[in-house]
Amino acid sequence: MARVLLNVPRSAARGEVIEIRALIQHEMETGYRPGANGEVLPRDIIRRFVCRYGNEVVFQAELFPAISANPFISFTTVATESATLTFHWSGDNGFAQTETRVLAVT
Amino acid sequence: MTRRRAARAALALAVAMPLAAQAPRSGFEEMGPAIQAMQQDDMANPGMLSVQEGEALWAQPAGPAGRSCAGCHGEAAASMRGVAARHPAFDAASGAPIDLAGRIQRCRTEQQGAPPLARESPDLLALSAFVAHQSRGMPVSPDPDPGLAPFRARGEAEFRARRGQLDLSCAQCHEDRAGGRLGGSLIPQGHPNGYPLYRLEWQRIGSLQRRLRNCMVGVRAEPFAFGAPEYVEIELFLMSRAAGLAIETPAVRP
Repeated sequence: MARVLLNVPRSAARGEVIEIRALIQHEMETGYRPGANGEVLPRDIIRRFVCRYGNEVVFQAELFPAISANPFISFTTVATESATLTFHWSGDNGFAQTETRVLAVT
Repeated sequence: MTRRRAARAALALAVAMPLAAQAPRSGFEEMGPAIQAMQQDDMANPGMLSVQEGEALWAQPAGPAGRSCAGCHGEAAASMRGVAARHPAFDAASGAPIDLAGRIQRCRTEQQGAPPLARESPDLLALSAFVAHQSRGMPVSPDPDPGLAPFRARGEAEFRARRGQLDLSCAQCHEDRAGGRLGGSLIPQGHPNGYPLYRLEWQRIGSLQRRLRNCMVGVRAEPFAFGAPEYVEIELFLMSRAAGLAIETPAVRP
């Protein structure tokens, strides 16, 4: 399991714009770099990031080889109701990780 | 005093001036506001991933005895506070200075009976970062043990020795020309107060030894092997030079 730093407010007022920041540990090997033996290292990157608020997708991103290691993604959404936020990263070599955070809306 | 001697004394004074004139200034001050913000926000500082990893390793049993770091040292927040600020410290057993990573290695092989972790391996960096993180904000306070004096002097000699095809010493850039520019980059004073740190250029966390190797390769000198005593001596001198600066581990640098 990759380490994750997720910054999600625990609670928010209804209608408030909340900022979410997600940082995940990943090499993001581009597939263009030669290794110590001169052979090109195979690509190993995260391809997709999806954030669901309840059942609704509020943010998603496609990632490419030019994105640096340990990708940091920051975005905002509007707090509408108390629900679980689900974060899912998926990528090469079957990489998949899901994290959840509960947001209480008052 | 002969005239030549007087001239030499004046020259020595002039050479000594830059360091005396400049108060130690952390590389943090030289960075742009974006990277400073990145370092200061624990949720955006990628070095914190290693600290997290180190926290898990701290509690994980290793070796045949199945003992973890926490088994002897307990809560790192209490037992490891200030440890990074006084390393490299004098090690009575070997009669030589030992750096923080070396100390962790020693504990691992002798107390836990576990195989040593390779220098610059993610696990050793994570443990060092976690331990050093407990001293964040504390001033660098070099070990006053008199036994360290000859090693510190040797470290200073290494710092001032010209090396490599470019025939440059550490001091020529990081003392005489600190604050100036090398290409587009600002030359910092070269203080070791944030290691292990996350370097954007490396895209990962790395040790002071890796950073020293970087400069040695830069002046086209043959770098010492990881874990070489010369690095510990240089670190010893650099820490005494940085006395008073706050520990920033895990720092972020461009």
